[in-house]
Amino acid sequence: MRPYLVPVGVFVLLVVLLAVGLTLDPRLIPSPLINKPMPEFTLPNLRNPDATVSRADLLGKVLLFNVWASWCQACRQEHPLLMELARSGVVPIYGLNYKDKRPDALRWLDQLGDPYVAIAADADGRVGIEWGVYGVPETFVVDRKGIIRYKQIGALNKKLIQEKILPLVRQLQAEGS
Amino acid sequence: MSRYGLLLASILFAAPVFSAPVSEDPLERRMLDIAKDMRCAVCQNQPVSESNADLARDVRRIIREQLEAGKSREEIIAYFVERYGDFVLLKPRYEGAGLVVWILPISFILILGVSAFIFIRRRLRAQLPPPPELSEEDAARVRAARQQEAP
Repeated sequence: MRPYLVPVGVFVLLVVLLAVGLTLDPRLIPSPLINKPMPEFTLPNLRNPDATVSRADLLGKVLLFNVWASWCQACRQEHPLLMELARSGVVPIYGLNYKDKRPDALRWLDQLGDPYVAIAADADGRVGIEWGVYGVPETFVVDRKGIIRYKQIGALNKKLIQEKILPLVRQLQAEGS
Repeated sequence: MSRYGLLLASILFAAPVFSAPVSEDPLERRMLDIAKDMRCAVCQNQPVSESNADLARDVRRIIREQLEAGKSREEIIAYFVERYGDFVLLKPRYEGAGLVVWILPISFILILGVSAFIFIRRRLRAQLPPPPELSEEDAARVRAARQQEAP
């Protein structure tokens, strides 16, 4: 082997490593909660503050758990997709209204529509931290036993729903029955 | 002029009256000691103790509450690692993938150092080739230069 091949080889290896690194998004932190039971919580219901939404309400069905806030721009972007999904009736969507003011959140729902079966109001963001939330919007897919199976960080889009979320939901629905 | 001087002096001396007494909160110090080793998930590469992000503020509040509840440093950090993963540790663990992060640069420097040492020692020990014979032409040039130097 010629000696000059060694630095050239090291350089090529470095370029490949860095090139792969460039394609990764540093904002996507893999969640340790995947395949773990969803955290315990009880929060006031956004629509009806006297009632509560808790972990127990979410058990027994495959569902989407969507973390949103009225101050979040990307939530506005994904909202029509959630509305469409709710109309199709394939999977119930539960909401976590993260660090939001109740009047703002209610106005948002009145203006844009309400795709959620129930919304938990997490005014101080404590339950958000229990779920490992750091960038709203986030969407979790939860199975019948209350195990978190998938987490989407950032806004949903059509492709993602068609290719990832819906196939997973169907698979989980078939699993339990 | 002296009137202004008097005014300035009185303001200087009166300053302590208006300043708030500095209070040292031991809990705050313990909280910051934990928060400085935790990475903020929103403003990455900034420790939770220095970040102004909303999430970092919430995390600091939760650390304080857990300290008040008597939890240890390890328990509190484990609480956040369970929810956000090893990512929140500014100092990687000494096991698993974290071990690679620790060992790789150290072994790299070690390998470089050892090979440099071996390389230099070999160079020092190697016999230098004998100097080439001075050709007649060069010798003449040397002689001419020496004559020039001597006055």
